[in-house]
Amino acid sequence: MAVQVRVPTILRSYTGGSKVVEGVGDTLAALFIDIDSRFPGLRGRLIADAGELHRFVNIYVNDEDVRFLGGLDAKIADGDNVTILPAVAGGCAVMPATSGV
Amino acid sequence: MLRIDRAVYEAIITHARRDHPDEACGIVAGPAGSDRPERFVAMENAERSPTFYRFDSMEQLRVWREMDDQDEEPIVIYHSHTATEAYPSRTDISLAWEPGAHYVLASTRDPERIEFRSYRIIDAVVTEEPVEIV
Repeated sequence: MAVQVRVPTILRSYTGGSKVVEGVGDTLAALFIDIDSRFPGLRGRLIADAGELHRFVNIYVNDEDVRFLGGLDAKIADGDNVTILPAVAGGCAVMPATSGV
Repeated sequence: MLRIDRAVYEAIITHARRDHPDEACGIVAGPAGSDRPERFVAMENAERSPTFYRFDSMEQLRVWREMDDQDEEPIVIYHSHTATEAYPSRTDISLAWEPGAHYVLASTRDPERIEFRSYRIIDAVVTEEPVEIV
């Protein structure tokens, strides 16, 4: 058994168009490394240069925002569901660190 | 071109006015591939800011699930600018991930006059489009 990851439309160019991909790993960080081995480039859209989750990508494990579960250290187990959603954000002010995912 | 029902157009303006001077934001969902904005969904601005907006992450998950279940997509993604013109900022452009969506900007800077404009934002290129209210 593995973890199912729901991929948003904008990132499906990395998954050959697939809406859901499977991966394995004990933590979110490990899961992304596993997935990136089959879908190269996907991880780079989720993780910023500093090695942290990109500020404007929302990731959920079983409907919980991983920001409240330890971010990339969030524990995951077989059968969990991971959802990726690009944040919907913007505004009239220029915010720092808003380069695209 | 964006074709939008008068009731939906007015709901967006009412929301923008109500949240002024903070930015208001939301979506109008419609059947996937239809280009018909039908279901108005006002979203909470988690930033509660006059210069920035961000959908609340848990609300976004719930609304995106609903759309998925009903085979809908966000046809319109709207937000307000409260002191500047209804034109996408650099921040708006860099964070626009939905190439299929109409990005609607409403400005509430003038209480007498509403500015309501629509754009496509694809690969950081902004193209304004006509708005037809039906």
